[in-house]
Amino acid sequence: MNNINITRRRLLGTTLATGSAIALGGCNRLDPLIQSGHTARTILESASSLSFRVQRWLSSGTSLAREYQRSDIRQQQHANGTISPRDVDYLNLASNQFSDYSLKVNGLVGNELSLDLDTLRKLPARAQITRHDCVEGWSCIGEWTGVQLSTILEMAKPHPEARFAVFDCFDTMERGLSGSVKYYESIDMVDAMHSQTILAYGLNQKTLPVANGAPLRLRVERQLGYKHAKYVKSITLVATLKDIARGNGGYWEDRGYAWYAGI
Amino acid sequence: MKWPAKKISTSHGATNTKLILRHRFLTRVTHWSWAICLFFLLLSGLQIFNAHPVLYIGDQSGFDFSNRILEIGANYKTGTGFIDLFGIRLDTTGFLGISKTNGFDSARAFPAWLTLPSGQDLAGGRRVHFFFAWFFVFTLLIWLVSGLVNGHIRKDLIPGGQDLRSLKADFLNHIKLKFYHTAQYVSIQKLTYGIILFVVFPIIILSGLAMSPGFNAIFPGITEIFGGRQTARTVHFLFMFILSGFFIIHMIMILAAGPINLVRSIVTGRYRIEASPKSTGGSSDE
Repeated sequence: MNNINITRRRLLGTTLATGSAIALGGCNRLDPLIQSGHTARTILESASSLSFRVQRWLSSGTSLAREYQRSDIRQQQHANGTISPRDVDYLNLASNQFSDYSLKVNGLVGNELSLDLDTLRKLPARAQITRHDCVEGWSCIGEWTGVQLSTILEMAKPHPEARFAVFDCFDTMERGLSGSVKYYESIDMVDAMHSQTILAYGLNQKTLPVANGAPLRLRVERQLGYKHAKYVKSITLVATLKDIARGNGGYWEDRGYAWYAGI
Repeated sequence: MKWPAKKISTSHGATNTKLILRHRFLTRVTHWSWAICLFFLLLSGLQIFNAHPVLYIGDQSGFDFSNRILEIGANYKTGTGFIDLFGIRLDTTGFLGISKTNGFDSARAFPAWLTLPSGQDLAGGRRVHFFFAWFFVFTLLIWLVSGLVNGHIRKDLIPGGQDLRSLKADFLNHIKLKFYHTAQYVSIQKLTYGIILFVVFPIIILSGLAMSPGFNAIFPGITEIFGGRQTARTVHFLFMFILSGFFIIHMIMILAAGPINLVRSIVTGRYRIEASPKSTGGSSDE
């Protein structure tokens, strides 16, 4: 028979102290393992391609993001990231209500395009009330109006070897000695041809505001906000992401975030 | 365990005890796998939470309206940290909202010693979290399949009529930190472990998946069951809290009931019990 008597308070104290010590000592020491370039980090990152494969397998690439009702729009769309680009070329376009803007489509296409806003607005439009999920954790519902990316890509006639659409944007993220870094993102052709993937020029039945990416921003509804490139300047179709900046396919991807942001 | 106690050695000392094999290999491996996962998931989860330390109810986050139930933040004017829960604000300077990082005050929800990585690094936190989330799910699947096949779940975890009758007595014994070392789990253990494995683990996994926009498009119903993405996020956080509470009680019970014997039983599987078959109703240990 084992009857052990220990005062509860002392026991609780010991447990908490031990737990804190493990956490205190543990965290700092584990930091180097999580830093970019470490083998452990590479192993951790492999989980992202597993998530990607499993979600693609389950959805066959065609599942639709939930669309909401107008009554679910309860606030103006929360703006994040760049909300007011200060780039001269952008400001010049903005001063003219973007009437001189044109979207360039190039790369592995049979037919390079340059489309101004009037032309884009005359193409078949799609409006969708969706929930924007930020990687930080918040969500916001809004109505986006624009042209399906598939419509534009069909006009551009992609080469069979084109696998990704790369979006180059107006907004400068960093200014350094080696020049400035403007926002860039990429999605694969499955997401590019998805029916809810649109280039939006309208938000909540009004012209897309500057804070949310005017004149044109990407919506990739089944992924987190950082994939939804704002202030889109051009679209380039490529066979590989290797040659784009540091090779991970996007501004945030080159700073440690996963290319697949469906989770 | 209910299967015939494997006699490894008998008649130990004066108190007539014997060593049995209490935990199978897979039970031990999955136990430690969960322990590792929970450590990494908790600390990386708090890192992720720090990127937006507010919890809401519903589909979206109220910026122009109020549906928040919890907020951790800092008041820069006064240099104080706070937690705001259902509108009740508590000063938590030094721990939540404002805490020391490398000797300097920094404004962050959870302090550096509770997050992984220790500095503010959402990308790193997400990498750690999703890796161990997969690890956690695979462990649970292995445990579930093996537990159904080898009878661990039916024999050791599902409470029987006798368990239900002795529940009150077992509960009171645990509160008083009075333990008896028996071959099987007692009712309170079966109930607790059962709830953790069949309720808390699935809910914490599903509420996590409900936040994934990709998963949301594949199985919209899961997010709806939780009452929207932001409620799912709140549930995920709440169940993290429940799981942490379980962990603390689990540690207290182990320390109180004889850590050497118990840790051995979950490392090597060998566990010392009283040799003479005793009528149930007493309490065992964790």
